Amino acid sequence: MNRIDRRFAELKAQGRRALIPYITAGDPAPQYTVGFLHALVAAGADVLELGVPFSDPMADGPVIQKACERALRHNVRLSQLFEMVREFRQTDRDTPIVLMGYLNPVERIGLEAFADQAADAGIDGVLTVDMPPEEADEFGPILKARGLASIFLVAPTTSRERAATICAHGEGYLYYVALKGVTGAATLNADDVASHLAPLRGLTDLPLCVGFGIRDGASAAEVGKVADGVIVGSALVGRIAEHAEHPETIAGELSAVLAEMRQALDALPPR
Amino acid sequence: MSKFSDLTRLPDTRGHFGPYGGRFVSETLSFALDELEKTYLSLRDDPDFQAEFDYDLAHYVGRPSPLYHAERWSKQLGGAQVWLKREDLNHTGAHKVNNTIGQALLAKMSGKPRVIAETGAGQHGVATATVAARLGLACEVYMGAEDVERQKLNVYRMRLLGATVIPVTSGTRTLKDAMNEALRDWVTNVDDTFYIIGTVAGPHPYPMLVRDFNAVVGREARRQSLEEFGKLPDALIACVGGGSNAMGLFYPFVEDDEVAMYGVEAGGDGVDTGRHAAPLASNAPRGVLHGNRTYLMSDEGGQVSDTHSISAGLDYPGVGPEHALWKDVGRVNYVAANDDAVLEAFRELTRVEGIMPALESAHALAHAKVLAPTMRPDQHIVVNLSGRGDKDIMTVAKIDGLEF
Repeated sequence: MNRIDRRFAELKAQGRRALIPYITAGDPAPQYTVGFLHALVAAGADVLELGVPFSDPMADGPVIQKACERALRHNVRLSQLFEMVREFRQTDRDTPIVLMGYLNPVERIGLEAFADQAADAGIDGVLTVDMPPEEADEFGPILKARGLASIFLVAPTTSRERAATICAHGEGYLYYVALKGVTGAATLNADDVASHLAPLRGLTDLPLCVGFGIRDGASAAEVGKVADGVIVGSALVGRIAEHAEHPETIAGELSAVLAEMRQALDALPPR
Repeated sequence: MSKFSDLTRLPDTRGHFGPYGGRFVSETLSFALDELEKTYLSLRDDPDFQAEFDYDLAHYVGRPSPLYHAERWSKQLGGAQVWLKREDLNHTGAHKVNNTIGQALLAKMSGKPRVIAETGAGQHGVATATVAARLGLACEVYMGAEDVERQKLNVYRMRLLGATVIPVTSGTRTLKDAMNEALRDWVTNVDDTFYIIGTVAGPHPYPMLVRDFNAVVGREARRQSLEEFGKLPDALIACVGGGSNAMGLFYPFVEDDEVAMYGVEAGGDGVDTGRHAAPLASNAPRGVLHGNRTYLMSDEGGQVSDTHSISAGLDYPGVGPEHALWKDVGRVNYVAANDDAVLEAFRELTRVEGIMPALESAHALAHAKVLAPTMRPDQHIVVNLSGRGDKDIMTVAKIDGLEF
């Protein structure tokens, strides 16, 4: 069983919601990433999303764009990112890691080579922002053959017909994009999210996790009422930006943001 | 039968041109692209839609554009007869308006009150602002901060037309970043906004519909060639950034095997220097950017490369996916012209024919200077003079050491 599935099964048995933080690998510099990942787990992360820096992150807002720029100043590549995960795995064999990024860096090293190295490093799932299921005919089976989950996005604009296709292809969990926009945009509307998640329940047994617009304990709890998990990115990456000059303080900052969300989620009645 | 007849049946239903093209976008945009595709496919063969498009091209753009025999220049080059397809005479000064007229009609049919565009040299931005003014649509144009600086005149033109120009300061501050920002805008405002993409790139169905709207250039050139010299041209030449003017000229000739085609990319300081914008001529690796798979200049880590060109309109690391396929199947020869050769061609056409070309179009002219002398005087080359050079006067003056 894939680590992601195992983790969600545990959470379900406990009646808890998943807390899924995102950071960009190599931000603000490569030597800090593994430490941040451990700190996030200690603060209550259930699954980790690790961003692959890209020069043209067209689905991301300014906060994550700048994170990519900081990482790329150190020329962070997938090969280094795999090393980071390998190092993380020396002391954490249980927390699932999902790579999130754009297709071009993956294609550049080759789909098969990427999948081999990712699986070998201890990665569990891959979310390629600019690869909808229609374009995943080649990549999907390559990932599956190595036990890597293909994670897909569902948006407020996704038709029911498309949602069915996405659910049929998706593994691990479904990432519901809570608002029309880029990462780090306005605050989400929890009622709106609820009305979009309900029909998805009829299409899939995959856990439904919600991202975009979750910035604190209160918004996490709002979403936690209707979702199986919450994903937080820009709120964390914003802290990294604020403290980029004093990287030694960042792990503590990230822990504080995440711990507040953990507490808010765990205060909800069991699912 | 043409050995290239399969090429006119593309893209397939999912927007692929062989291994290229497609729809590599984040999920939020899939719905809007599905909708656009449906709208376009339902209107493409609709006689009323076509009649309105044709009427606007005739009465607003001023089509057909002439096919001009550059007799004096041909004589000077000492070979083939060079004919210029005068897209520079269109309203707004370039081929770009053919496409914006078409997409603005689609925007109108879709009932969306706001249009956005990306622009490099500013020609597409001006063409978009123009049709937006005419239809009373709100218009915002994304333009790389560096291009805002080197194309001040077009920026002001857009503002006069009522558009808001938004300088883009992310990334390399040029065309590719303007397109990222336009896509971010679209994903946020997808309900009320129509994105008018300016070239044969982007996610499906854009490469197809931008091609179709620009193909009027090639249809006219085909007919005019038969009228003027009684046969099809021996060669076609057009510059290629994203590739819309080249696509427009080439497409109606694609099954005419006897017509050679040359797409001229921006060689910058030289393809071997790395400072260029010639993904096809430099055999860049295959990659994915802005919604399609194509030849894409990127480093070993898959990060998109900085590009360089004297012309803002060609300063783009990718190229339309249909061009990528045409390179692979050998239908078109893709070459590059360096900045210095481009400037020389710019000055030469201005002095010899009294026609000042856009620096983009001067790339095609630079290749005509190479090709024409290798051909016979009874052979004919059609060069797409895709735009006029007024917008580039400041750039050239600066090179000459003049400031106004």
